[in-house]
Amino acid sequence: MKKTIENKQQLAQQARQMSLMSIYNAGSGHPGGTLSSIDILVEVLHEQLDITPQNQLNVERDRFVLSKGHSAPALYAIANQLGLMSEHEMLTLRQLGSPAQGHPDQSMLSWLDASTGSLGQGFSNAVGMAMGNQLQNFAAQTIVVLGDGELQEGQVWEAAMCASHFKLRNLTAVIDYNKLQSDDFNENIMGLEPLSDKFSSFGWHTQSIDGHDFYELSSAFNNARNSPKPSVIIANTVKGKGVSYMENIPSWHGSVEMTESNIVDALTELGIESDSIPAFLERFSIRWQ
Amino acid sequence: MAAPKLIGSQGESLREAFGKAISTLAINDKRIVVLDGDVAGGTGTHHVRRNCPEQFIQMGIAEQNMVSAAAGMAQTGLIPIVTTFAVFSLRAIEQCRLSVACQNQNVKIVASHPGLDVGPDGASAQCLEDIAMYRAIPNMTVIVPSDPIEMEKATAAIIEHDGPVYMRTGRSGAPTFQSSDMTFTIGKAQILRDGTDVTIFAMGVMVARALRAAETLSQRNIDAAVINISTVKPLDVDTVTQFASRTGAVVTAEDHNVIGGLGSCIAEALAQHSPAPMEMVGVKDSFGQSGSPDELASHFQIDEQSIVNAVTKVLRRK
Repeated sequence: MKKTIENKQQLAQQARQMSLMSIYNAGSGHPGGTLSSIDILVEVLHEQLDITPQNQLNVERDRFVLSKGHSAPALYAIANQLGLMSEHEMLTLRQLGSPAQGHPDQSMLSWLDASTGSLGQGFSNAVGMAMGNQLQNFAAQTIVVLGDGELQEGQVWEAAMCASHFKLRNLTAVIDYNKLQSDDFNENIMGLEPLSDKFSSFGWHTQSIDGHDFYELSSAFNNARNSPKPSVIIANTVKGKGVSYMENIPSWHGSVEMTESNIVDALTELGIESDSIPAFLERFSIRWQ
Repeated sequence: MAAPKLIGSQGESLREAFGKAISTLAINDKRIVVLDGDVAGGTGTHHVRRNCPEQFIQMGIAEQNMVSAAAGMAQTGLIPIVTTFAVFSLRAIEQCRLSVACQNQNVKIVASHPGLDVGPDGASAQCLEDIAMYRAIPNMTVIVPSDPIEMEKATAAIIEHDGPVYMRTGRSGAPTFQSSDMTFTIGKAQILRDGTDVTIFAMGVMVARALRAAETLSQRNIDAAVINISTVKPLDVDTVTQFASRTGAVVTAEDHNVIGGLGSCIAEALAQHSPAPMEMVGVKDSFGQSGSPDELASHFQIDEQSIVNAVTKVLRRK
């Protein structure tokens, strides 16, 4: 059943709360890029792809790759909404024994289509999945989400050339374009612009949208499906989206520790009533063992 | 045990033997796709391009993407065979680590042009570090066949094996000495020649040299066993320790840097299970240079005479 924009906004809000709780529990993690990517991931995983616990053994299933593996907390929070991961697993991010590894690890979570965390590789994994589907005439879609700093990896452009060469219309890449990377703004580290022109010249169908607007996200994926070329959606986002003290601040890229006052302030901004926060923290502060 | 007869020194190359074998297998198994980085003429996969073109995928000169994409293809049920020169495969060693090995994907990386056997192309093309690097990666199986017949059997075995594999072929003509009914089993060392005085553990093109060295030694009344370590990982520790303890002296022979290669591998096993005096024949932590394979083998002391010398030396330490 199609979800309304309000449904998706609620899912995104809950995922923001839970992913930050998991980072708070872990004592480390990457909140900035987690928050910028959440609306994209809600749209992809709840609306665009058929990824369910029931179809995990189907080799012809849709595939999703989080190439920017450091946004793992966002992925886990949404996987929990989809029934792919328990609340206990999601909230024990980065703890010894938990399947919620610091970066997605297929050996710990069988529903993952790729282990990521080394930038650029997930994009090529997705290109390979799309090629495999094309070669075997499978109807499956493959969607991959990349970070913007990740685009500085040479492998990304090898993969971009390859996808275009093989006319992988079954592949959509989304760039979480929050303009910031680990140390600083992209433009101060290694400039990416003109980004849309780069992908166009590599033979991709390109769109540039507001990555926090579910109407624009939904339309962009529809356009991508109808493109005869591989399609890239440049989703303009805000790093740290939803938590004002993190927004557009490079130091919240991570890996950082969130203090109790950090998480209280964040949860307050993310819609938890002040007098409910102690009970919220009590309920969701979880250790793996 | 009678030693296998060596037939010539310029037989079919291991890369050609691989190319023919994988082409035949691909015709009968549509899951096999052979990925090339624009070196099909050099890796033997031109046979696949000709015989089953729909299973030959030209990935361009972009090894990092080729290796990670192969992992993605494997997810969809295909058996991707990544083919390139050994040194170029090292450009994607981290892609092999995360995309292939860490995900335990059913991807085979088959590399030609290993070692000084490459010959005149020189240091940039002579890969002397691949075994050390691939065997250090968890989940990897590492295979180095010794002659064209074993190459054919090993190619079939790696397709049967569900999991990541690195396999070396070879550029130069290789003497054929295996019998056509030999069996190749991943993880099993092959006893080519029994002996009582010393054991020579060899891999790849060094196996033929070890057999010749053993012949020479026998004329001096030195009885050398020759063991073909065609699976470097997982090592057949039982056979290695059994021969080391029975003969009490060991020589290893590899067309590879002695750091991290076969010698290290045998030393790791023996140091833990059955220590014995040991000499390593291999490239002594240096890069190669241009020359014919035979000239290079002599210059870098990995030829038959070097094995004989190593045996003489190790016997003095017994």
